[in-house]
Amino acid sequence: MLEYTPKIKEIAYRLLSEQKVDGIVGFRKGTIPMVNQPVIIRKPEDVEHLHWDSWCGVNLANYLPKATEKLAVVAKGCDARSIVVLMQENQITREQLYIIGIPCKGMLDRRKVWKQLNGKEISFVNEENDKIVVGNGNFKLELKRSDLLQDSCSICMHRNPVIYDELVAEKVEEQQVDRYEDIKHIEGMTSEEKWQYFQNLISSCIRCYACRNACPFCYCPQCFVDESKPQWLGKTIDPTDTLTFHLLRAFHVAGRCTDCGSCERACPMEIPVRIFTRKLEKDILEFYGYEAGTNIDERPPLDTYRPDDPENFIK
Amino acid sequence: MADWEPKILAFLCNWCSYGAADLAGVSRLKQPPNIRIIRVPCSGRMNPKFILQALRKGADGVWVSGCHPGDCHYIEGNYYARRKFALLKNLLEFVGIEPERLHFSWISSAEATKFATVAKEVVETVKKAGPSRHMVKKEAEVE
Repeated sequence: MLEYTPKIKEIAYRLLSEQKVDGIVGFRKGTIPMVNQPVIIRKPEDVEHLHWDSWCGVNLANYLPKATEKLAVVAKGCDARSIVVLMQENQITREQLYIIGIPCKGMLDRRKVWKQLNGKEISFVNEENDKIVVGNGNFKLELKRSDLLQDSCSICMHRNPVIYDELVAEKVEEQQVDRYEDIKHIEGMTSEEKWQYFQNLISSCIRCYACRNACPFCYCPQCFVDESKPQWLGKTIDPTDTLTFHLLRAFHVAGRCTDCGSCERACPMEIPVRIFTRKLEKDILEFYGYEAGTNIDERPPLDTYRPDDPENFIK
Repeated sequence: MADWEPKILAFLCNWCSYGAADLAGVSRLKQPPNIRIIRVPCSGRMNPKFILQALRKGADGVWVSGCHPGDCHYIEGNYYARRKFALLKNLLEFVGIEPERLHFSWISSAEATKFATVAKEVVETVKKAGPSRHMVKKEAEVE
């Protein structure tokens, strides 16, 4: 993925010097290994800061809602889908955007590297095709790229951007995977087993709302968690409150979530919160044949209906 | 436990199911007294938060009823509602809420007998599931 960097800089330099856009939303190299920083570049001489490697997981669509300038945005497959959803929701217009498309080979999960390091500090990370080499002055560790993919990336089916003005490289091959294996497994449990499973899953939640803040679609001026009259859920880590939060958060992004994995990446407690959104995603695909962010002309599934929608659960 | 009776919260559409409940009453149809009714302007007014709030506050079951598809007073409210209900019901069952606790129906204002039948059915199903334990928020009530 490193090889995209010069091309991104070149496009960014051209756009800024020709004054086609006011800013470039991209990444610059972070101060510690495996973490890159979202950045908005506004001057042609600053494009040198732009960077791209396998640690650019943050969804840059997060910086777009209600933007007033004309922006170029470096967009992976999931970012591009999120941009489509934001356009459907009138948060940004197509004319305002110049989309620099990244054919993505999947972003990597720094936590998966940490697990392999057993507490050792690293000072460098190198990428060579399917290999990742990490280490410091005293040791070197070679890891397979495919073992380090973020969970959302390993089941991603839209690696190429759905919309773009320019691609930085040839399109990559899409994966063929069963996205819902784990969901189907849970669906097969009894109610009591499911309850225990989810109580266990969210027991470590500290209600920091990082999952909400990282989500490109959580742009409501007032979030339901902050409402006090009526108060839909307490501001505690009571298990009922926590589950209510996760259910409502998932429902708010039903039919909008593109499974970019921002929520899970942001979670300090490593809770696999995507399980809730993916359940809704699976049902929406099954019932209404809709996939968020793949077609700009479609309406979101909860904003439309068909007279023959399934209703076998209604008496 | 032997004398436990379920508490069921029913959200009824003003233009149909609420009328059906009224007609069932004036027609003296026999039906169980476990249902507490909240009148909503349309089943499309239903927010998933309402259903969660009912469960959190201790309802053993929730029943939402609106107009038959095509008969909505606001033309299409119940069509939108149907999508929300399908997703919410599946999501709640996915996290372990028993399917017996959530009920949805279409009942027109003339269908008093259907109202009484469904009411009986809802109460019996919730009874079988027993008192709600999972989603109830245990807290000190401060008035």
